[in-house]
Amino acid sequence: MRSSSLTTKLMITVKRLTKRYAKTTAVDEISFDVAKGQIVGFLGPNGAGKTTTMRMLTCFLPPSSGTASVAGFDVLEQPLEVKRRIGYLPETPPIYPEMATSEYLQFVGKLKGLSGTDLAKRLDYVCERCAIAHVKTKLLGKLSKGYRQRVGLAQAIIHNPDVLILDEPTAGLDPKQINETRDLIKDLAGEHTIILSTHILPEVEQTCEQVIIINQGKLVATDSVRNLQARARGAESVLVEVAGRNGSLEPSTVQSKLERVAGVSRVLCKQKADARAVFEVESKKGSFVRGDVARAVVESGWDLNELRPAAMSLEEVFLQLTESETAGEPETPVEVHA
Amino acid sequence: MRNVWIICRKELGSYFASPVAYILLIMFGLIFGFFFWNALESFVFEGIQSQMSGRSFPMNLNEWIIRPLLSNVSVIGLFFIPMITMRLFAEEKRTGTIELLATSPVRDIEIILGKWLASVILYACLLLFTALNFAFLFKYGNPDWKPLLVGYLGLLLQAGALLAIGTFISTLTKNQIIAGAVTFGVCLLLWVLGWVSGYETATWARVLAYMSVITHFESFGKGVLDSKDAVFYVAVTFLGLFFTARSMESLRWRS
Repeated sequence: MRSSSLTTKLMITVKRLTKRYAKTTAVDEISFDVAKGQIVGFLGPNGAGKTTTMRMLTCFLPPSSGTASVAGFDVLEQPLEVKRRIGYLPETPPIYPEMATSEYLQFVGKLKGLSGTDLAKRLDYVCERCAIAHVKTKLLGKLSKGYRQRVGLAQAIIHNPDVLILDEPTAGLDPKQINETRDLIKDLAGEHTIILSTHILPEVEQTCEQVIIINQGKLVATDSVRNLQARARGAESVLVEVAGRNGSLEPSTVQSKLERVAGVSRVLCKQKADARAVFEVESKKGSFVRGDVARAVVESGWDLNELRPAAMSLEEVFLQLTESETAGEPETPVEVHA
Repeated sequence: MRNVWIICRKELGSYFASPVAYILLIMFGLIFGFFFWNALESFVFEGIQSQMSGRSFPMNLNEWIIRPLLSNVSVIGLFFIPMITMRLFAEEKRTGTIELLATSPVRDIEIILGKWLASVILYACLLLFTALNFAFLFKYGNPDWKPLLVGYLGLLLQAGALLAIGTFISTLTKNQIIAGAVTFGVCLLLWVLGWVSGYETATWARVLAYMSVITHFESFGKGVLDSKDAVFYVAVTFLGLFFTARSMESLRWRS
């Protein structure tokens, strides 16, 4: 009973999935699960193995070892069943430039097993959903990049798949198009389980609930976006701008003064001008240093121009996790809020 | 079967949406038209000569025009087949649309058969052009149509085999030009292999000659349906499509 309820909940199960080439290992024993209806960000620097993993999930590449299943079907044993339930948008939308939009979507729909009135209904639906109804008769080769991406998305959802796999859906788009695409993806999340890969972090922060970070083919972290951000806030850092009153300031004296403040672990001079300097003050975990820092500056006869928390974005978490070799084991996050 | 037809329709659409199909049709029409005119003129010339010499010998349209023209077509085809098949897979690999096909719920063999069938249909369209010329013979003369039909069957079988080889070569590269050049080289080799039998009778020469796609056309050209030649073409077709399937499979393991 228990196992059956689990399988209905999990849409994608990946166990020790590995892809080896002659000389390199592109994906190295990755395991993760995705629950139904979730929207998951697949994050990693270029060449981390994101595309390879996605290609294995879509049955384009067979894994060297390990298993992956989509909606309960194994990618190696029942590829046709998996393919029926997956909508896939590769990095470059797989379009035929000589085809018109509706002709292309019809072709893909037929390929995915739709026909007759079902196909016509879905065609209208995806055109409306992806806002491409007005370019139905245009040749795909003449469409702009943003529209091609939309047609690519329309193509991926035409057969109403359980799972959507999107490989860098916003790559190469302009900011407006990026926002539109993200909104569209968020919109689709209710109906489909979505995995999207990206190397742009704000995208994950904005669109995803769950993050899977991989680097050099290895799984680095898998967690919810909120937890990861919280983990990043374990150590707080503050930006301090100090100015001398009489028109001169010796940054090294300020630095040593700040370092002596209780609870401060590290001080970095970020910027120097004539009588101004910006420092990044990092505090130890759990200590709240802003008041002491402000007092120390003012008591020494300097002006405190600015004091603000340096926002630790997912970006820094990501860098922390992917740059250090020992980052595999996450420490228990300590949340400190200002 | 439905999927084969879907893929085939799409391929035919791309042939006729781009200038490819029309250029091939026009070039083929021009070249064949010249051959036809040439054959007709020499037929008339010979006819007048034989009458003037007083000993008029029987002249036959099938013998003098249809048979040589059919063997001409079988050779001209060698030059057109690479142009038909070179884009089939190479283009999809280059633009990445192969990922769409390979992640759709269709079998590899359905994709391959669909593409191959489309190339055969385009070749059949080329042959249709030659039929227009032959129609004049039927209007003004009285040739036997049965050998012509057998000849067309032979041409289609031969093209099916070469197109299968071309389809296979197209899966090996992303570059259409490379696919086309290699296919052309192979087609040409498969033609000239037969020439060794002219001076050599050892077993290896006989094997080489047997592999020549043109020698197997000779009986078809005469209007003789020889099952051993038909079997040869069908076997080569199967082999080519089989290699294509293996190549597509290995594409997944390598890429």
